[in-house]
Amino acid sequence: MKTKLTTLALGAVMAAGPAMADLVFPSLSYRTGPYAAGGIPFADGYADYFTLLNERDGGIGGVMTSVPECETGYNTEKGVECYEATKGEGALVYQPLSTGITYQLIPKATADDIPIHSMGYGRTSAKNGDVFSHVFNYPANYWDGASGAVNYLLDENGGDLNGKKIALVYHNSAYGKEPIRTLEELSEKHGFELVALPVDHPGQEQKSQWLQIRRDKPDYVLMWGWGVMNQVAVQEAANIRFPMENFIGIWWSGAEHDVTPAGDAANGYKALTFHNVGTDFPVFDDIQKYVVDTGKAAGAGDQVGTVLYNRGLYAAMLAAEAAKKAQEIHGTAEITPAQMRDGMEALEITEAKMAELGLPNFGPTFSVNCQNHGGDALVGVTQWDAASKTWSMISDFKPTDGDVIGPLIDADSSAYAGENNISPNC
Amino acid sequence: MLEQLVFAMEVILNGLMAGVLYALVALGFVLIFKASGIFNYAQGVMALFAAMTLVGIMNGQVPFSHLINAIFGAHITHFGWQVPAIIAILLTMAVMVLLAWCVQQFVMRHLVNQEPIILFMATIGLAYFLEGVADLMWGSEIKSLDVGLPQGINLWIDETTFNIFGYGFFIDNLDIVATAVAALLVVALVAFSQYTKEGRAMRAVADDHQAALSVGISLNFIWVMVWSVAGFVALVAGIMWGTKSGVQFSLSLIALKALPVLMLGGFTSIPGAIVGGLIIGVGEKLFEFAIGPLVGGATENWFAYVLALVFLVFRPQGLFGEKIIERV
Repeated sequence: MKTKLTTLALGAVMAAGPAMADLVFPSLSYRTGPYAAGGIPFADGYADYFTLLNERDGGIGGVMTSVPECETGYNTEKGVECYEATKGEGALVYQPLSTGITYQLIPKATADDIPIHSMGYGRTSAKNGDVFSHVFNYPANYWDGASGAVNYLLDENGGDLNGKKIALVYHNSAYGKEPIRTLEELSEKHGFELVALPVDHPGQEQKSQWLQIRRDKPDYVLMWGWGVMNQVAVQEAANIRFPMENFIGIWWSGAEHDVTPAGDAANGYKALTFHNVGTDFPVFDDIQKYVVDTGKAAGAGDQVGTVLYNRGLYAAMLAAEAAKKAQEIHGTAEITPAQMRDGMEALEITEAKMAELGLPNFGPTFSVNCQNHGGDALVGVTQWDAASKTWSMISDFKPTDGDVIGPLIDADSSAYAGENNISPNC
Repeated sequence: MLEQLVFAMEVILNGLMAGVLYALVALGFVLIFKASGIFNYAQGVMALFAAMTLVGIMNGQVPFSHLINAIFGAHITHFGWQVPAIIAILLTMAVMVLLAWCVQQFVMRHLVNQEPIILFMATIGLAYFLEGVADLMWGSEIKSLDVGLPQGINLWIDETTFNIFGYGFFIDNLDIVATAVAALLVVALVAFSQYTKEGRAMRAVADDHQAALSVGISLNFIWVMVWSVAGFVALVAGIMWGTKSGVQFSLSLIALKALPVLMLGGFTSIPGAIVGGLIIGVGEKLFEFAIGPLVGGATENWFAYVLALVFLVFRPQGLFGEKIIERV
């Protein structure tokens, strides 16, 4: 009887968990709650790319992948619970998908020897791999975003922003405050005036901020928004007739659902990006053939090609390429999280590789090393066309101001290292 | 100095308009509290549910399509027709009446004579239930809502004020419409509760359930009616806020803006909700304009709740609320 029970229990455990050989890429998704409109397409893109690899290539290096999903609701506590609940399944890398969750997971994941990829969010100074051994934020971070916006405006103004006024409308949270220090440094360097206008969470009421913009008449408005704050800001900008082509959002303020509620009035609004938009890439033919047409798409399969779907797909592609690199370095297909970390640290994304993956010109080229976990910091700009309801790239992925950002990263990461007694990793 | 005064006038006008929008949400709370002594935590979610239903009907969306597709392997999303806004509003109202009946039939009637805290907890459960059902029914993507309400700067006010002050005031056309709608709503609600048989019955129930029952008033009917009227107010609030920001989950958070209004105006007064809304709207906007820049901005939520706290300390029943005196 005892043996039977033990056999039964073992069988149940084996049936409940993924096959030991699977390469596990947990997805901390948020398909419910106030930010679900952003969470659903990202989670779909992330899952669909791994489904494509399984269906078309038989996984990565011959090992199938699995993407266990855990619903965080964009809530930090739930995110940490999801991490604890899934890390035992052999998780190779976590995409926390929230700056709050990322901050909580940095010490935990480092202690557990599991890498984190916070792509375009999280702790900016995690770019310094010497301090943050297990955190990667390639290909770009918030400070790159701030610098990318200013560089774009410099290009627009013949390299001179002297005497211009730039307003920053930001979510009054740690996330929204991220670019302020960088923009202050850049305003000193380039001679523009910076006006910072915080918006209280959730951002449904922004009349005061936009009345001030109407009074002060800044030349440009930058936005670090999220959720309902984005839609209201675009609408309020339209209401006061602020020229949309002078309004630039960070990449978390640049999806379809951020602009469609304002209708035609949103035409010309711009957003920063670190990946391309649309479906005009060969990989989408494969997604259609192997994933959508076979009924294996995540969710309802209706998000393919949206900005945040593409971001999820891009994150999955980078994770898969890092896994391949790890397999190559360690000579084994069944890699561990520690080996995955090595793969991420040796990742090199070239245009030839992107083309080979069916993603030509989809993202910037970059390489990662022990000191630099943030890549080459190239940032592009997209613009919304309300008539065709599409985003399009209007600027290539261009370099950001390392002279300003570098010292800020060094200062912040050194402070973190001092507070947590971290010795250099490299 | 004169320039600052002109700016302040513009801020006050916009504060009044914002206050009306807050009051629209607060009205729903007041109605239910007045009639049943329940603080309806689900009022914000009702606004979300109403707005999602309205957009869903207008766009000819198939309710529960994700669920149907997942179970039956189908690929249906829309019926293929568009419904005119006015018909969609009427149909949504019918859905809100049905919701009111369900709330009464399956939740509230089982909790008659329970402690207020029990009823409050029930509405918390109802809020989460409705959130889930709304998502399942209509999907969680952000939807545009266009029932034909005007938006953007009012040019007449802009030009007129420019001619007078040399600076054109910004007033959003949508806010002007919201003000007119709120005024109509308050007049209608006050007239209903004062001059109709059902309105008087509602007030009797509010005063004493047992006494109202003893004179033959149907508690079931009155509560269904009150939840239906609150559903209608939620629909109006959902339309106004949804037009501004798109219909999305965050609409449920507008309840946060109503709480200080209720503390200020009192939980039992319809005019109190309006006056409270106006005070909060003007107060927070003026504070942000005058003090905000000195302390880094984003003072509006903070100011609204601090003002409400001050009122709680000196006048716990709010400006227009009834003073509660309980003798041992």
